[in-house]
Amino acid sequence: MSLLEIKNLAVKVDDREILKGVDLVIERGEMHAIMGPNGSGKSTLAHVLSGKPGYEVTAGEVKFEDADLLALAPDERAARGIFLAFQYPLEIPGVATMTFLRTALNAQRKTRGEQELSTPEFMKRVREQAAKLAIDPDMLRRPVNVGFSGGEKKRNEILQMALLEPKLAVLDETDSGLDIDALKVVADGVNRLRSPGRAMIVITHYQRLLDHIVPDVVHVLSNGRIMRTGGSELALELEAKGYAPYQDEAVLP
Amino acid sequence: MTAEIMPIRTAAESGFAEAFAALRGGLADGAITARREAAFRHFEARGLPHRRVEEWKYTDLRALMRDAKPLAGVPDAAAKARAKSAGNIFAAADARRIVLVDGALVPELSDLARLEPGLRIYSLAEALGHGSPEFTRRLATAAPAEGDVAYELNTAFMGDGAIVEVEAGVDVARPLHLVFVYGAHRATAVFSRSLVIVGAGAGLTLLESHEGPDGVDYQINTALDLVVGDRARLNRVKVNTEGDAALHLATLSATIGAKANVSDFAFLTGGLVVRNQMFVKCAGAGTTLDLGGASLLKGRQHGDTTLLVDHAAGGCQGRELFKSVLDGASRGVFQGKIIVRPGAQKTDSRMMTRALLLSEDAEADNKPELEIFADDVQCGHGATSGALDDNLKFYLMARGIPEKEAEALLIQSFVGEAIETVPHEGARDALAAATLRWLGERP
Repeated sequence: MSLLEIKNLAVKVDDREILKGVDLVIERGEMHAIMGPNGSGKSTLAHVLSGKPGYEVTAGEVKFEDADLLALAPDERAARGIFLAFQYPLEIPGVATMTFLRTALNAQRKTRGEQELSTPEFMKRVREQAAKLAIDPDMLRRPVNVGFSGGEKKRNEILQMALLEPKLAVLDETDSGLDIDALKVVADGVNRLRSPGRAMIVITHYQRLLDHIVPDVVHVLSNGRIMRTGGSELALELEAKGYAPYQDEAVLP
Repeated sequence: MTAEIMPIRTAAESGFAEAFAALRGGLADGAITARREAAFRHFEARGLPHRRVEEWKYTDLRALMRDAKPLAGVPDAAAKARAKSAGNIFAAADARRIVLVDGALVPELSDLARLEPGLRIYSLAEALGHGSPEFTRRLATAAPAEGDVAYELNTAFMGDGAIVEVEAGVDVARPLHLVFVYGAHRATAVFSRSLVIVGAGAGLTLLESHEGPDGVDYQINTALDLVVGDRARLNRVKVNTEGDAALHLATLSATIGAKANVSDFAFLTGGLVVRNQMFVKCAGAGTTLDLGGASLLKGRQHGDTTLLVDHAAGGCQGRELFKSVLDGASRGVFQGKIIVRPGAQKTDSRMMTRALLLSEDAEADNKPELEIFADDVQCGHGATSGALDDNLKFYLMARGIPEKEAEALLIQSFVGEAIETVPHEGARDALAAATLRWLGERP
């Protein structure tokens, strides 16, 4: 049984077909990169996996540990181990980051039938992980992402991932808006979380991130389909030649 | 003779006329009786306000008030027994409790022993009985709320209430909690009138709670005359958790001196038809005024917050932040008017109202108004209404938080911004806890 199996997935948004039959199998411990031009459907795939409303699945299926993922609400998917690192993390005024983290972690544990974490145990975990990501403890007392810089928001996403310990993490353009130093902190954080039991999908436009996070498999998504799959060297080839060779179909009638 | 068009009296208007005639029969002549008569004539000439009366446009009392209930009698032992556990919302605030059952101050339920030096508390009934010159004088001078129909009705029918005086220079550390509770079995009408005078340089934290049983369509008309002296501090928090069939009309009529510091926060979850109106006059220069509120409504509740801030003197800073959360088929009304009189230069006044609509059937009406007659002022107002942000909700759910809990967290954060402005920590905590309870009861 694979961790994630996507078969012939077709998705519409506002009556426009975005994904047109995606097949993808991900095993535990693997790091996959999905690359592609703007509008190719990369973020749509990430959103459909995490259950964002507004997407209509018109064909295909998605199995996560053999369960029908598409039948589950976003919070149930999260409790089963799916995590989406947002491209644009949202600001939640009035909710302290610490409260948000604890509510999320305990909600997942409750859904899985596990005991809630005690406050000292929770605090210990948060402090440990925050320190690794160079997150100031003061930031944890502030409302979620309010007044955070772009880099702080992305680090906060990785902190959430570290605490929630997902089985499958989907990183949606985690490199966007980061300078090279911030990129390195985030990439180091992601690399530390690689483990034999955890798979990751890194969605990115540029090869830059993949210098720091080296994938096992690279897919090229264009015009709603996976056009090519290869090893990490494929990313370098894309950087050199661009996406043009994969976009021909888009201009054909 | 001119032909006057006399509108047909509603059942409620006829009820008031009969009740006043009966009341008048038992009153001795005097200054206060004359004032009552003038107030009732004022009401009779206008009748209950309806939607063509601008100030009551969204709260059509003629339609919403079917009848006038008989005046509440003296609370019996059973009513007093029911009042024992009232006011629990502020249990953690360590406040001095003054309990008013059906509008009547009940000494045996109140904590009147060992009052701080400079603090006086007595009942309105006592003041009326003795013809208190202070109170008579107060009634004779123009109050900011004068002319308002609910306030005039209150003046005509007022029975009892609390009178609180804080001597100049005395800062009363312990909060004072006026516990209003409806204790009668059947539906009656309560007209309570209170007066709080905070002397120059004095300070007071005033908590007020209003509650009663569900399923009884009782009617509350409560008014507070507030006089805050120069350099004085007053922080008031009013909580309304009336029963689910109650009509509650509340008027604050406040006159504030110079360089004072006044805050008022109104928290509303109870009642069927509620209007909380505030007439605040900044009569002295350099005062800081902070008005806020949060209304959490559901079902067919109607909650009206109406505000009139009159800057009669310059250099005052006013901040108004009102939030409403509207579920079911509830209706939230906000009317806020800021007047800056000629010469009230350097006035700095900001008013903001936000409504969060949780259902398709809920309705928010916002009417902010500015009337500025001075040229060197900073005044602004804003109003928003909208639903919960779906993207925020998805962000929370994608982290494993179930939908209801995600909504609760977002509502809490929405209301929290307003509650944060309450200076007293214990009161702030009480309101946050009350918000959680309301969220817990959401279907």
